[in-house]
Amino acid sequence: MAAPVNSVGKTSADRLQANCTSFQKKTRSKLISIPGTRPSVQNGQLLVSTGVTSLDYLLGGGLAVGTVLLIEEDRFDSYSRMILKYFLAEGVVCRHELFVATAQDNPDEILQELPAPILDDVAAPKPVEQPRLTGEPQDTLDAMKIAWRYQNLPKVQSALASSSRFGHYYDVSKTMEAEIRQAAKCHRFYLPDHITPSSAAHRVESYSALLKSLQEVIHREGFDLATPMSKSRNILRVGLHSLGSALWGDDLCCHDKPRHSHALTTFLYGLRALLRSSLSVAVVTLPSHLIQDRALMGNITRLCDNAIALESFKGSERETNPLYKDYHGLLYVRQVPHLNSLARQLPDHKDLAFKLKRKQFTIEEGMQIVSFIPLTTIMMMTVVSVNSEGIHSNVLPLQDLMAAYISEKMLCRGSDLLALPVFVPARMAELSGLWGWGGDFEMGPGTDTKVVTGTGDEFQKLYRKKKKKRYGLTSAEQHNRQKHVSVSSTSTKVCLITF
Amino acid sequence: MFSELNSILNISPDSFTRGEFILVSDRQSDASFLIHHFLSFYLRARCKVCFLGLVQSFCHYSAVSQRLGVSLTQAKEKGQLVFFEGLKECLSVLTPKENNVESEAMNFLRDPTVGLRSLYEFVRSSVIGSGSLEEGAEQWGPSVLLVDDLSVLLSLGVDVGAVLDFSHYCRALVCSQMQGNMVMLVRCNGEEDDDDDGDVVSEVLLKGLTHQCNLSLHVQGLPTGYCKDIHGQMEVCWKTRQGDTPHLQKNLFQYKVYDKGASFFARGTSSAVL
Repeated sequence: MAAPVNSVGKTSADRLQANCTSFQKKTRSKLISIPGTRPSVQNGQLLVSTGVTSLDYLLGGGLAVGTVLLIEEDRFDSYSRMILKYFLAEGVVCRHELFVATAQDNPDEILQELPAPILDDVAAPKPVEQPRLTGEPQDTLDAMKIAWRYQNLPKVQSALASSSRFGHYYDVSKTMEAEIRQAAKCHRFYLPDHITPSSAAHRVESYSALLKSLQEVIHREGFDLATPMSKSRNILRVGLHSLGSALWGDDLCCHDKPRHSHALTTFLYGLRALLRSSLSVAVVTLPSHLIQDRALMGNITRLCDNAIALESFKGSERETNPLYKDYHGLLYVRQVPHLNSLARQLPDHKDLAFKLKRKQFTIEEGMQIVSFIPLTTIMMMTVVSVNSEGIHSNVLPLQDLMAAYISEKMLCRGSDLLALPVFVPARMAELSGLWGWGGDFEMGPGTDTKVVTGTGDEFQKLYRKKKKKRYGLTSAEQHNRQKHVSVSSTSTKVCLITF
Repeated sequence: MFSELNSILNISPDSFTRGEFILVSDRQSDASFLIHHFLSFYLRARCKVCFLGLVQSFCHYSAVSQRLGVSLTQAKEKGQLVFFEGLKECLSVLTPKENNVESEAMNFLRDPTVGLRSLYEFVRSSVIGSGSLEEGAEQWGPSVLLVDDLSVLLSLGVDVGAVLDFSHYCRALVCSQMQGNMVMLVRCNGEEDDDDDGDVVSEVLLKGLTHQCNLSLHVQGLPTGYCKDIHGQMEVCWKTRQGDTPHLQKNLFQYKVYDKGASFFARGTSSAVL
């Protein structure tokens, strides 16, 4: 269970028997709140921030407590590691406890690389400045003349206030100061400390050792939901780095048909069991590009709740592609959970691109794939086509027709990239002229024929403008007018037909 | 309980065919909303339900059932529902402690070659179980077994033959012997015609179970891609016998899942399109 916030209306018998809600309220009015968390607006789940605000938005407001976020690593593990660091840094700022497990680098190395938070005042463990009372003498400059009612409020924003905010920003060029970092309690699990790599037990035991260690920490520090609600509760943030890699004793990345393929999946099952019964959140990174078995990746994804995959442009040909010059990589949302409800919060667009700036990790709709209209209806179209010699010919071949129909539908929605069904050969994409976007914009000479190779947005803007000037009609009426655009089979221009 | 689905399947809480094995399967999609439907349906029909919830916690099912109008905690108290929470039981096996008793039913986690015999024993004891009724205990209808889901057992290392055996034993017990119903969820990963490096194991399981079942609900995404308004398509396949001849009837619907239910409609008649 990802902890629901309120248990109003449940009888005490229910509460005792169910023993699953973490917030058994003593009185109805009192709502126990943990700093750094907030209830979801959709279904009342308790959410924590991942440290990246745009990722929070993608996940439906934040990461639900009791769930796992799986990050499929990019090729050099740069951005997935960055997100893991954001996640841990957010935990430090919110005063949550951390649990970091690695097999490759020492957890301390990751902790030392955490980005510095951008706060109005640093949440340092210094005593908060004494708020000035009205009785004390103040400088005339500081005295408020107009907003004098606010004179009495403490001038210094206390550390608690800053950490009660949801989601912070971090400066990647600086690392977090040691004082702030040491204020947070951190549990480490470094695999070579627990199991020697050469031992026979290494292969199978590393995951179970991790699971046992995690359970022990949860139980000892009181994150278990079963423990009575005596003291204030906190969240445990679990960061597991590069699970499934060979250093964890797994041969998932080494063989096509791994022998112990269920070791990792059993661990993920146990991890889900642990998280659902405690106040913790986990972020797991996995080098999925090394795993050849796609079915196994499907199983792993299903055992985690949220799953995203990162693909960075570094080192690939896309790095120099002007198309992608603004972005550092692509982000795929593989899975979104439905917790305590039937419907899941699906993202609007499934193909996104990310950009790591100094102060922000942004995720944007780099390429907008339009939701595809199932081609269940067939429209009869008559088309006029003009090729480069200016000869009209009736009835384009069916392929061109389809390309035209599709491109028209897409363009009028202002989309950028065309998603073609697989049965349409690539030639159609070429014909429709939208395949390499960022192309030129050409206008036919003085007629109402327009030859377009631009992006959807540009075309739409220009098209609307031109149409308005020429005909003086509203855009709705113009849309209903029949119009045709020339197509030439030799060059890659788009053919646009509407009815 | 989704009323549209009830009318599609021609069932209602008052009248439904007994002794049926309903297979719910999905391919690169999530058909668990159908399990929630059947859970609330059979609880409303006053059947004695044994639910193996292997992938989610009790609170999740309880919260969803609340929205569908059924209270799982009450059903558990009254003895109508036997709920097996796989997540909770697995910890006793995966992280054993000295004084804690290991859960017998999940002992396949320790050694997958053991198979699912203990899990079957658990099902048997809960379905047959109350031979001696206590005073004042209510009389429930036929027994129903719901499994969510069977494919996770494959992920945990159990052999596909053992899973097929388990389903066969359960069917013999629940459907034939007790004249109750059984609903199982199977999830597949790859494409249907992907032979080489696809997920052979779950295809084998799916084919084996499709052969055994009476009614199959297969959920997929739209073949033309992701759509926010239509969540996918569902294929309903009945296997009936009319006289001596077996009869296969298939029907295809598209669906959209809402917060409190799901709506099913014929292809192309979605409210987003019309």
